[in-house]
Amino acid sequence: MDFLNSIILLTNFIIVPGITYGSQLALGAIGVTLIYGVLRFANFAYGDLMAFGTMVVILMTWYLQSKGISFGLLPTALLALPIGILLTIAVSLFFDKTVFEYYRNKKSNPVTFIVVSLGIMFVLNAVVRIIIGPNDINFMDGHKFIMKAREFKQLTGLNEGLAIKSTQVITLVTTIITCSILFYFLNKTKTGKSMRAYSNNEDLALLSGIDPKKIVLITWVIVSILATVAGTLYGLDKSFKPFTYFNNLLPIFAATIVGGIGNPLGAFYGGFLIAFSEIGLTYAYKKFFKYIMPESLEPSTLIQFISTDYKFAISFAILIVVLIFRPNGIFKGKVI
Amino acid sequence: MIKNIDFRICFSVMTILTVLVGLFQSWGIALSMLNLCLISAVMAMGVNIQWGFAGLINFGVMGFLAIGGLATVLVSVPPVHEAWSAGGIGILISGLFLAAVVISVFMINKKLSKHKYKNYFVFLIIILSIPLLKFIAGPSISKIESINAATSGFLGGANLPIIFSWFVGAILSALVAFVVGKVCLGLRSDYLAISTLLVSGIIITIVKHEEWLSRGVKNVIGLKRPVPYEVNLQESEWFINLVQFFNSSKLSNVLDPEVKISLLNQLVISSSGVFVKLCFSLIFLVVVFVILYFSEKALNSPWGRMMRAIRDNEEAARAMGKNVVKQHLFIFMLGSAIIGFAGAMLVTYDGLFTPSSYQPLRYTFLIWVMVLLGGTGNNYGAVLGGFVVWFIWIQSAPFAMVVINLFTGHLDETSYIKDHLQNSVPYFRYLMMGLGLLLVMRYRPKGLLPEKVIKN
Repeated sequence: MDFLNSIILLTNFIIVPGITYGSQLALGAIGVTLIYGVLRFANFAYGDLMAFGTMVVILMTWYLQSKGISFGLLPTALLALPIGILLTIAVSLFFDKTVFEYYRNKKSNPVTFIVVSLGIMFVLNAVVRIIIGPNDINFMDGHKFIMKAREFKQLTGLNEGLAIKSTQVITLVTTIITCSILFYFLNKTKTGKSMRAYSNNEDLALLSGIDPKKIVLITWVIVSILATVAGTLYGLDKSFKPFTYFNNLLPIFAATIVGGIGNPLGAFYGGFLIAFSEIGLTYAYKKFFKYIMPESLEPSTLIQFISTDYKFAISFAILIVVLIFRPNGIFKGKVI
Repeated sequence: MIKNIDFRICFSVMTILTVLVGLFQSWGIALSMLNLCLISAVMAMGVNIQWGFAGLINFGVMGFLAIGGLATVLVSVPPVHEAWSAGGIGILISGLFLAAVVISVFMINKKLSKHKYKNYFVFLIIILSIPLLKFIAGPSISKIESINAATSGFLGGANLPIIFSWFVGAILSALVAFVVGKVCLGLRSDYLAISTLLVSGIIITIVKHEEWLSRGVKNVIGLKRPVPYEVNLQESEWFINLVQFFNSSKLSNVLDPEVKISLLNQLVISSSGVFVKLCFSLIFLVVVFVILYFSEKALNSPWGRMMRAIRDNEEAARAMGKNVVKQHLFIFMLGSAIIGFAGAMLVTYDGLFTPSSYQPLRYTFLIWVMVLLGGTGNNYGAVLGGFVVWFIWIQSAPFAMVVINLFTGHLDETSYIKDHLQNSVPYFRYLMMGLGLLLVMRYRPKGLLPEKVIKN
């Protein structure tokens, strides 16, 4: 019984939140890695692009709610998602046309790209704050819990409860759907293959008659979809605050590099690796050991490796460790 | 387009603009803007040394500024004796332990540099040291934080004049930069950018959450000053005489002696604030000139030439026998020291240390905008960038207000859109910065004052 309790405890506090957070990071990291691979720079405006997409979704949600439209048990935000995606695509393409295209044609060095992405970061940051403000916004509606801790306890008769929020299931399902479509597209379709070819070797791809403009366009479309979906899922699960979205950029970058730059599958696993390390290393295991240890050996301290405040340090440590031991990432990425 | 703007013209324009602000808004605003411009100029020079001279991307500016700010607390605040006697020994022991860990990591790196499992040893030591450190320091920390939690709850500082803290801040920053540089500088440019950004996040977290050290989010207020206080000025004879002397024409117009005294009182109160700011401006000006002088000397010395050579072609410089790794580390420490110095100046000027106010957009990327806009690799450019960007940063809110009123003038006072836009005025400065950066990068990629190419 104690053993079962301890398992449930870990599932409730590490596995379920880890899968959710990991999915959100993974979606974000795939976006960053695609930009890295195809357009060849680290896009610092990505966090604010996520915030922008989520903002549109929130505004649309409010509009739908004011019209009395809802999605039943599911959050209304899912209905608003397509509009958010469309507008985010429009914004991405606008910035690509007005800003990035010029430097791409000039073949500027990656640092110049980073710097102009900073400029776009400032602009998007301002736009989001001017339109929706800098405050915390909770836009989750619909059914909150699929399984409440109390219900689970009554159902199984265990001491520990297992709570599953509907946003956690939505996140997982959406991630599975999005990633399956994406990987099918990248690996099986002609356009996806040409995209990978372009990312692998630009000159050879051009020689084979691949149209770079089309590749860039498709990349921005995919990236905008991923950014909006990841941002909305994160916002539904926690809450929407522009500053948090900027901060999420750091674990997303770490996940991208850990997984190997330009490698979408690597970024996917990287997201989960970062999420599970963050949650696993900041969790206090006192209760867990209480269940599995004999009473005489019960721990007196919290048994927490590092305090929750230092979760940045975990991303950083993983990043540095990976860069020292495997400079190209765990799943071999490429060096651009 | 003008190819080469003379830096003297730029600075004259900035001076005139500051004077105009003084005339049309108030001298207090103009001087506080000038002071922050000067501090920004120091920060920009620090980043310029790293990025302009050596091509190192440091997105951790915020972290080094916070270290400088922490130095002001550690140097100038009086020590809390109860806290020292309660947990001082524990903290000292854990400090020694931390130093031992760092030194042993470096020793392993040096002695076993060829060993196959060197990295694993280092990894193991760090992993083991974190719980151990927590175990050693934990009880003392909770003891310290429980003493007078509302007013102190930290160890305090050394009770020295605050001006020392500027140098301590620089030294601390350089030490941290040494450790960070050892770990990160070998990385490629974009990896370096991301890891330094992460490092600055970690530094801010430490400053925010280690309350025994910095009071964390409870802030430290009422720091010392290197200049007189307004209250003391208002009571001192010479200052009142000075105010009388400067406003003699205004005062002589007033005949009634009672009105005259109350007017004089008002003038003394308002000019005491201005006088304090003026003192700060003088000190900051000296700092800017000294750093500018030495940066220019360094840039034009053989060492500066070598740095540019390393920046422009690392392989060639290496082939000529230059130790690129060592020089990179040195310049990273130097630049970070200047940034730390500026951080201490900033906190001294504010008079309070608020760890939660450090945000990357304001304290990292804004400084970068200053350097890029002013002119990469040109010290005058960095100073000018500090001035221009801070000027726009401050003046964009009133400007945006004017524009909003212009466009929403026909709307009702209670109009939702007008109200919403007026509330979001502070964020227009981000928009200005972004657009400014994008325009400069497009049409003047080397900045307002481009780097001078010295040909022999």
